[in-house]
Amino acid sequence: MAELLQIIISGLAAGSIYALAAVGFTLLWQASQTINFAQGEFVMLPAFFVLVGLGFGLPLWAAILLGLGASLLILGVAFKKLIVEPMLPHGTLPLVIATIALGLLMKESVKELYGATAQPFPAIFPQTVYNVFGASVSVQDICNLVVSMLAIGGLQLFLSRTRTGRCMQASAQNPAVAEILGVDVKRMVMYTFLINAALATIASVLISPIYLAKFSNGETLGLVAFIAAIVGGFNQIRGALVGGLLIGVIDNLSAVYISAEYRSAMPMILLIAIILLRPQGLLGTKEGRTV
Amino acid sequence: MNAHTPSDRAPILAVHNISKQFGGIRAVNNVSFEVRKGEILGLIGPNGSGKSTLFNCILGQLKPTTGHCEINGKSTDGVRPADLSLMGVGRTFQQLSVFPKMTVLDNVILAGQEHEGTMLSRLFGKPDAGLTGKAEQLIEFFRLTPYRDTEAGSLSYGQQKLVDAAMAFMAGPGIVLLDEPAGGVNLTMLANLKERLQTYNREHGTTFVVIEHNMEFVMSLCTRIIVLAQGEIIAEGSPEEIRSNQMVIDAYLGG
Amino acid sequence: MKPLTLILLGLALVALILAPIGQGNYIVYTLSSWLLFSISAMGLNLTLGYAGQVSLAQAGFMGIGAYITALMTLAGIHWVVAAGVSISSCFAVGLLLGWPALRVQHHFLAFVTLAFNTLLFLVLRNEEEVTGGSFGLVGMPRPDFFGLSTMSNLNFYYFSLVCFLIAVAVMWGILRSPWGRAFKALRENPIRAESLGLKIRRQTLLAFAIGSAFGGLAGAMQAPLVQFIEPGSFGLIHSLKILLMVVVGGSGFFFGPMLGAAVVILLPELLRFTEGYYLMIYAALVIVLMVFSPNGLIGAGQKIWLKFKPKHEARRDMQKGFQL
Repeated sequence: MAELLQIIISGLAAGSIYALAAVGFTLLWQASQTINFAQGEFVMLPAFFVLVGLGFGLPLWAAILLGLGASLLILGVAFKKLIVEPMLPHGTLPLVIATIALGLLMKESVKELYGATAQPFPAIFPQTVYNVFGASVSVQDICNLVVSMLAIGGLQLFLSRTRTGRCMQASAQNPAVAEILGVDVKRMVMYTFLINAALATIASVLISPIYLAKFSNGETLGLVAFIAAIVGGFNQIRGALVGGLLIGVIDNLSAVYISAEYRSAMPMILLIAIILLRPQGLLGTKEGRTV
Repeated sequence: MNAHTPSDRAPILAVHNISKQFGGIRAVNNVSFEVRKGEILGLIGPNGSGKSTLFNCILGQLKPTTGHCEINGKSTDGVRPADLSLMGVGRTFQQLSVFPKMTVLDNVILAGQEHEGTMLSRLFGKPDAGLTGKAEQLIEFFRLTPYRDTEAGSLSYGQQKLVDAAMAFMAGPGIVLLDEPAGGVNLTMLANLKERLQTYNREHGTTFVVIEHNMEFVMSLCTRIIVLAQGEIIAEGSPEEIRSNQMVIDAYLGG
Repeated sequence: MKPLTLILLGLALVALILAPIGQGNYIVYTLSSWLLFSISAMGLNLTLGYAGQVSLAQAGFMGIGAYITALMTLAGIHWVVAAGVSISSCFAVGLLLGWPALRVQHHFLAFVTLAFNTLLFLVLRNEEEVTGGSFGLVGMPRPDFFGLSTMSNLNFYYFSLVCFLIAVAVMWGILRSPWGRAFKALRENPIRAESLGLKIRRQTLLAFAIGSAFGGLAGAMQAPLVQFIEPGSFGLIHSLKILLMVVVGGSGFFFGPMLGAAVVILLPELLRFTEGYYLMIYAALVIVLMVFSPNGLIGAGQKIWLKFKPKHEARRDMQKGFQL
């Protein structure tokens, strides 16, 4: 029982970080029909911006701010302006391929420019472990969970309660109508890209102390983010959140109870099961079918 | 080819009490009518009269709030476009709908090939699915023979409309639904199109349902006309009867 | 076909026959490798370029083909039988994977194939008793045909060339069939195509399955060519590589995959001086290509060609005049 509790808590902590990536992924899809195959690398990269900042002798908080700024600029503005925007008129396919290539570019750049070995990343939260009902629960896990939840909850509030947030939702749902109503759709889409970059930075800073910063971190992270988004329901923030948490827990459970060898197979099996049984996702609503 | 006399058979299209509501707006209100084999039925009405909504309900694209449509006794409710075609329903679209980079011949063959054989026979069979002869006949019928090997996209607008019509007939449908066939076509081409449609109707007994804005075109093409206004049928009858119907005149003149 | 096209194709064939003569082993080997990747990319082109779906499991299908062929030929069964089994297995797996994925919109096939390729990698690595685990399988024999051995690299090249030509002929036949016409129509105007009775989902599914079967053939050739297979050769990164071949060459063009495979196989040689930066440069080039010419190199070539052919524009103006 205690072991199970422990597994579930650390699963939720990891899952909440996946959820950050999955939410960003979903937002991008909603706002601009961009399926970002580089989302995993988007989470991998900010940690290295922070490391570069630390290398200049900055304190951790300043390095993180620097990382956030660089991410907003590169993963937000530059990604939107240089890659997504010129390609949108060509349909989704070239963009899918460009983001695949972008992921590769980011991965290789980090490998060549910073190094192929895993880099230790300073912990933001204490790594003390407490004993709760016989289960060891780390403060870091709890903090990660809380920070991610606050970020996603805050985002949800922003989208539903503020004028800008509602304009963003309107732009995502029906850009033509939003435009007529006087919403600056282009700007709203840009906000979405910035939010995605910010979420990726948070995820990066939270996950890197655990897994170390490595150029190849994005491979699994990206896959997990896609799967979380699809499992939860492709078109909803809540869905991505639930999907992320679920995968975090399942991943941890299967590592212990099924087999370490096939641990990474579980999310895939979950994905295939969802697509077979409930293609709109757990919380998703049915959209039209095209193919 | 023998001529068919209309109205001596079961209805090919039956519309039963169709209503369609969008939120609080009732776009179509309890409309019923039947179309018999060989008829050319015109469906007209001012903008916003609900004729497009009705058309989409007939095609199974929109689910009516109440009521249903039957073509040859089969409900069209929720039928996918491909299956509707395989049920023997041809259609044209309001906007131009040819395949611009394929030749006229390929356009017309394509329109028939899915009705022949199976997926496998289409994969391993003859490149033209044995349809070249039939396609050439239709191309000849619409006087497009000189353009047989021309890319459809490089023809004039009116000629493309003719290709579109030829495609609608290629699979030998019992009924063809034409959505604004006269839109954007010049007068000479229009007369040509009308004459060809009438000849085809006479020779093959194919039923037409035509949605149209162009009053002259409808009046001279159709054998019967239904007028919709604000989602309801306000008049029905021969072109002459419609022409002199006071309610129709009022509806169009904003009465 | 126009006589000019025929002459060009004849010249290409002669070039393919003469290419390896007098070359060193490494070049002949690389040429064989190019032929088999062309086959694989041709299959993916059917899925991507004609059916508009992204498959990220083409290397996985090559893996299925390679492992089946390796196991069967190591057990003494002739390559032709093994290749047949490989091709049909890939076709069947393609149907099974594509059927659920194509029920829903968006690029779900991309995700399902991504997951599949990753799963397959795990199975190949973990089921050591059958697959040899991370050590893989070694010593697959190169096939004999009517007493002719393909042991030498030159002979194996000609064997690959025959397979390649058969694959090209099959693909050509498929694209010329009514089924291929349906694809052209689907690309140009899906709504109209559907209204004429075309069942898009079934059509797309079959394209994916056939495309996967081409991957199976390529895998069946890879086993005897390399004579050593391990899970790492069929990972996701290799699927991406094949995808890039199709896209770089020009998806939806018949000769796009061959060109793309040549570029992707040759580019590392050309960019050798860049050392580790090779993949970076490569990825950047793909992004630039996608931004400026989503139809790949052939698409870019066509664009340039059309620019130098002002006749076309003039005619379009005249047509507008007619309409007015």
